[in-house]
Amino acid sequence: MESLPKKAKVVIIGGGGHGLATAYYLAKEHNITNVAIIEKGWIGGGNVGRNTTIIRSNYMHDDNGLFSEFGMDLWRKMSQDLNYNVMFSPRGIINLAHSDAQMNVYARRGNSMRLNGIDAELLNREQVKEIIPMADFSENVRFPIFGGLMQPSAGTARHDAVAWGYARQADSMGVDIIQNCEVTGFDINNGKINGVRTSRGDIKVKKIGLCVAGSTNILAEKLNMTLPIETHLLQACVSEPVKPVLDRVVTFGAGHFYISQSDKGEMVMGGDLDGYNSYAQRGNLPTLQHVLTEGIAMMPFLSKLKMLRTWGGIMDMSMDGSPIIDKTHIDGLYLNCGWCYGGFKATPASGWTFAHTIAQDRVHKLNAGYSLNRFNTGHLLDEKGLGTKTWIS
Amino acid sequence: MLYIKCPHCGMRPQTEFSYGGDATVKRPELNKEISDHEWDNFVYNRKSLRGKHLELWQHISGCRQWIKVERDTATHEIFKTFKADEDVA
Repeated sequence: MESLPKKAKVVIIGGGGHGLATAYYLAKEHNITNVAIIEKGWIGGGNVGRNTTIIRSNYMHDDNGLFSEFGMDLWRKMSQDLNYNVMFSPRGIINLAHSDAQMNVYARRGNSMRLNGIDAELLNREQVKEIIPMADFSENVRFPIFGGLMQPSAGTARHDAVAWGYARQADSMGVDIIQNCEVTGFDINNGKINGVRTSRGDIKVKKIGLCVAGSTNILAEKLNMTLPIETHLLQACVSEPVKPVLDRVVTFGAGHFYISQSDKGEMVMGGDLDGYNSYAQRGNLPTLQHVLTEGIAMMPFLSKLKMLRTWGGIMDMSMDGSPIIDKTHIDGLYLNCGWCYGGFKATPASGWTFAHTIAQDRVHKLNAGYSLNRFNTGHLLDEKGLGTKTWIS
Repeated sequence: MLYIKCPHCGMRPQTEFSYGGDATVKRPELNKEISDHEWDNFVYNRKSLRGKHLELWQHISGCRQWIKVERDTATHEIFKTFKADEDVA
């Protein structure tokens, strides 16, 4: 078992993708190597190992688009940078449109993306059919495919490898990774962080970064903070492996369903939240049935496949659907949370900007829009206008 | 599948219900001068407890009444359900 240091320059709570990436960039970009990562379970056991591996930057708003596109650059270089093959596969993502109005909305988003230097192509029905002929192009369907918006440079990566790659590089630069160690409290003096208490002892530290996804509210309670976040459950599933049939990521435009095919041949699928506050890390069948019904409406052949595994992870659902990377009212406490459905793709950009925010004690312009007080001031980042209230979609 | 005992209709599957969030959040009094921070707490900030959680559900495919449900957010155990205007002891 790793020994617990008595003091550290920075403590990162949470050894998931974002926490490991933050520690890596603290060491690499800011020469801060006296860093301890405190993880309650094991590294990569949370959402970085539970997602559907999709990477994209197809956002309309500048704050989201520029942040995510910065992340895309880091993804492209990641295997070389970490000297670890994360199997980044820029296979492209297609968001399907099922009405003229939706085509107009996609055209607008595509134009916004291009203005931010992100690749976007508006496809008509025939072009979509050429790329994904297995989708339902028959007559008399409830949600006919009118076309779609494609980001060719989007894709997937091996999610576990991302955690392992960041962990190995951070470790080799001197970062302590302490697993099976739960944070039990904080030492705060005159509004300043003085240390952190854990199940295995105390650490004296002036700067703490919180990267705990679905457990943010639990730690916030220990800090007497109430955050604009609800904790919800999101499920994903994979089918039995089949021969290569789908070489893109595709999302259904008339509901919430996304699909890609893994290198092993499994169809990787996900969709809606279970819809009520949950810390269960396991799913409930009605939601899975609802999500897969959408999948079958989009690609009828899916009904023939057997399900291999289903699982769940707990999400920080922020109230406007966008994340928070910011300082807090407590000096030395930094917050990284609220990733909703999209935490995995943000791993490198989140780690990079969070490391900057911690090291320099100020936000970078890339994460300035992800402020905590935007809910108070009314500067919401409502990319879809969809936070925890999934039923309003 | 969760089974929720609607205080009006009896035990029904979760698919008949729609979720309405934390039932302990109170709207600030009408016509009272309140700060942005209080408004923020009402509209956005949530405790989102792990464990016993009092929440609103609507029996949308049944009697359409809003009800309160006391449920464990980690185990999904439902302890008790209440009518919307019923006091929670």
